Amino acid sequence: MKHIISALVQNKPGVLAHVAGMFAARAFNIDSLAVGRTDDPALSRMTIVVLGDDKVVEQVRKQLEKIIDVVKVQDFSLKDVIAHDLMLMCVHMPPEKRHEILALVEMFKAKVVDIGQKFVMVELANSEDKLEAFIDACRPYGIKNMVRTGTVAMGRLSQPNAPEGQ
Amino acid sequence: MKKPTCSPQGDSAQNQSALPIKTGAEIIVDTLIEQGVDTMFGYLGGVVLPLFDKLYDAPINFIIPRHEQGGAHMADGYARASGKVGCVVATSGPGACNLVTGIANAMMDSVPIVCLTGQVRTDLIGNDAFQEADTTGITRPITKHNVIVKDVKELQQSIREAFYIAKTGRPGPVLIDIPVDVEVAKCQMTPFDGVNLAGYKPQAKGHHRQIKMAAEAINKSERPVLYVGGGVITANASDELRALAQKANVPVTTTLLGLGAYDQMRPESLDMLGMHGTAYANYAVQECDLLIAVGARFDDRVTGKLKTFAPSARFIHIDIDPASISKNVNVQIPVVGDAKYILGEMTKEVQHKDRKAWFDKIADWKKCFPLKYDTKSPNIKPQYVIEQLWEATKDNAIIVTGVGQHQMWTSQFYKHSRPRHFITSGGLGTMGFGLPAAIGAQAAKPDALVIDIDGDSSFNMTMGEICTAVQYELPVKVCIINNGYMGMVRQWQELFYGKRYSKSSLKNPEFAAVAEAFGAVGMTVDKKSEVKSAIAKMLKEKKPCVVDFKVEREENVWPMVAMGKSLHEMDGLDIFESMA
Ligand SMILES: Cc1ncc(C[n+]2csc(CCOP(=O)(O)OP(=O)(O)O)c2C)c(N)n1
Ligand SMILES: [Mg+2]
Repeated sequence: MKHIISALVQNKPGVLAHVAGMFAARAFNIDSLAVGRTDDPALSRMTIVVLGDDKVVEQVRKQLEKIIDVVKVQDFSLKDVIAHDLMLMCVHMPPEKRHEILALVEMFKAKVVDIGQKFVMVELANSEDKLEAFIDACRPYGIKNMVRTGTVAMGRLSQPNAPEGQ
Repeated sequence: MKKPTCSPQGDSAQNQSALPIKTGAEIIVDTLIEQGVDTMFGYLGGVVLPLFDKLYDAPINFIIPRHEQGGAHMADGYARASGKVGCVVATSGPGACNLVTGIANAMMDSVPIVCLTGQVRTDLIGNDAFQEADTTGITRPITKHNVIVKDVKELQQSIREAFYIAKTGRPGPVLIDIPVDVEVAKCQMTPFDGVNLAGYKPQAKGHHRQIKMAAEAINKSERPVLYVGGGVITANASDELRALAQKANVPVTTTLLGLGAYDQMRPESLDMLGMHGTAYANYAVQECDLLIAVGARFDDRVTGKLKTFAPSARFIHIDIDPASISKNVNVQIPVVGDAKYILGEMTKEVQHKDRKAWFDKIADWKKCFPLKYDTKSPNIKPQYVIEQLWEATKDNAIIVTGVGQHQMWTSQFYKHSRPRHFITSGGLGTMGFGLPAAIGAQAAKPDALVIDIDGDSSFNMTMGEICTAVQYELPVKVCIINNGYMGMVRQWQELFYGKRYSKSSLKNPEFAAVAEAFGAVGMTVDKKSEVKSAIAKMLKEKKPCVVDFKVEREENVWPMVAMGKSLHEMDGLDIFESMA
């Protein structure tokens, strides 16, 4: 089972290493990890996608909370959360496929961010399955290159404790 | 070079009137004293010279070990014996690396120590400078918290935070890495108004509803067992534990680190459980209907095969560390918080219950399966030495051990009755811990009788510290249970590797002669008839003293739950019967 864990941490050197090291030392599986600033310069947000049953994820949460520089940890179940990845992808685009590909880009609400002689660079920010579907759709044309961030997530506003969870 | 000095003008502008401006080194010493440090351990080196210069005339009793590992174990032994935070200093690079074993040891056994390490100049960090090591990187997984202080303005508060983090919640080692330029940079002192860390709010009290549920479960239980770990000693909760056990009428077993939390002379004591625990403790755990774990963590040496551990029991788990709960077993009633508070509250809610059938059964096990050894043997049995030590010292000694068979026999054949009087390396199992930890305990309790019951191989690892004991007139007594083997390893080779004793015996020096050369008193005992008198002589000795007991070489520790076996599947019980 996939869980999204969101940890508010002190924006200090060594904290990322500590969190990553703890995952390795305790044999937890990280699917993705995204780190970025928050509105408070003293704090960063780590969004960690972990694989494991509820018991494992419970341990992950507790072990994270144990780290002194980790301020707050939330475990989102997948339905209560907006979870997006950002992807940049270069797709082979011969002139005769141009329309097809651009239609695809439009359909997935992706964005063309650069265009070359043979390739087009597309940006898509959305949930993981949308990204996967887009990749599948583009694969026949030839994907030259692709980068993705890890998932970032926020609790849905309809959640009872949402405002605190942001 | 970038100087992280904060300018005096800047501070006076803030109108921080009276507090003086001092160097980082002075700030360290002042803050250590403010935090109650009167004894510390440590070793010199280039980047800690500014600090040692200020320690020259500081009112701190400073003990120099012969190896930084010894210093860390001394701080550990000091903390365990006193209940205070131990403190150790080392230089950068090799000094810091030598602390590593001691830090990991303190981490595994939740012992509060603060380690100060010197670091190369801030502007050299990352350049592979002379004696540079990434100390915070190396120690991150083995400290409760660590930090490198690159700005003198953060130094004072970091030290205060270190002490606070080390001793609160589930205690543990905290390391502060201090570049040498920070030791000489100047900054204004700040007043101490507590520590407030956003991400660290250790829970002190237990949830009342959980406490009530736990008490109700105890009241309903027919066959309860209290399973007590080192957390009860850390929490200074032995009195509360006794009150609960006696009011509710529940038998008590302890882990290795829990020994001393409950008086083993009391009839409801089941003594130690686990791999080398007593048969009656292990049977009681396997048959209980309610297991009340307090400050214990369901370690694999305790539980045996996890799947069949206490198969018919519901679990109550009282622990200050939420991450300990439901880590290894699923717990029905968790109570997170301070054991002292929780046990006290629970005692109010429990009722006395007779449980005659249960106590009869336990009495039966105790009668059928007592701890035994061949008392008629003409040779010096290691168990005999430990029994004699118990007879001669009773409640009066702080007992420390190395790691191996002698450690297990000491946990079995010495009757531990008081908290903070048994100091052993449980979680990490660090050979060489005994002597330096004993020295630390003696430094904490100068008037106490401190006895290190050590193994010959364990003692070999850190015996240079005898010199430290002599220099600082710390009259520790070392009793070497000398079987001429890495006995515990030899036992496993005997049992599981067809008696192929591969590399498990070392040539030992004459330990008594070594002790004498260091300026301590040395004795050798190779006759059973001399054991008692040697112990008596040792106890009269005012100097540090090493007694080398040449014991039966191939004695085994029984009973034993082999790896992967269930707790009730003990080997060695029949050996006992043949002796009956
Ligand atoms: C530092 C360290 N290295 C290795 C071990 C593995 N080990 C556990 S017990 C033991 C033998 C201990 O021998 P000794 O100190 O003579 O005690 P005995 O078992 O003979 O009583 C060894 C090598 C350890 N626990 N610690
Ligand atoms: Mg030995």
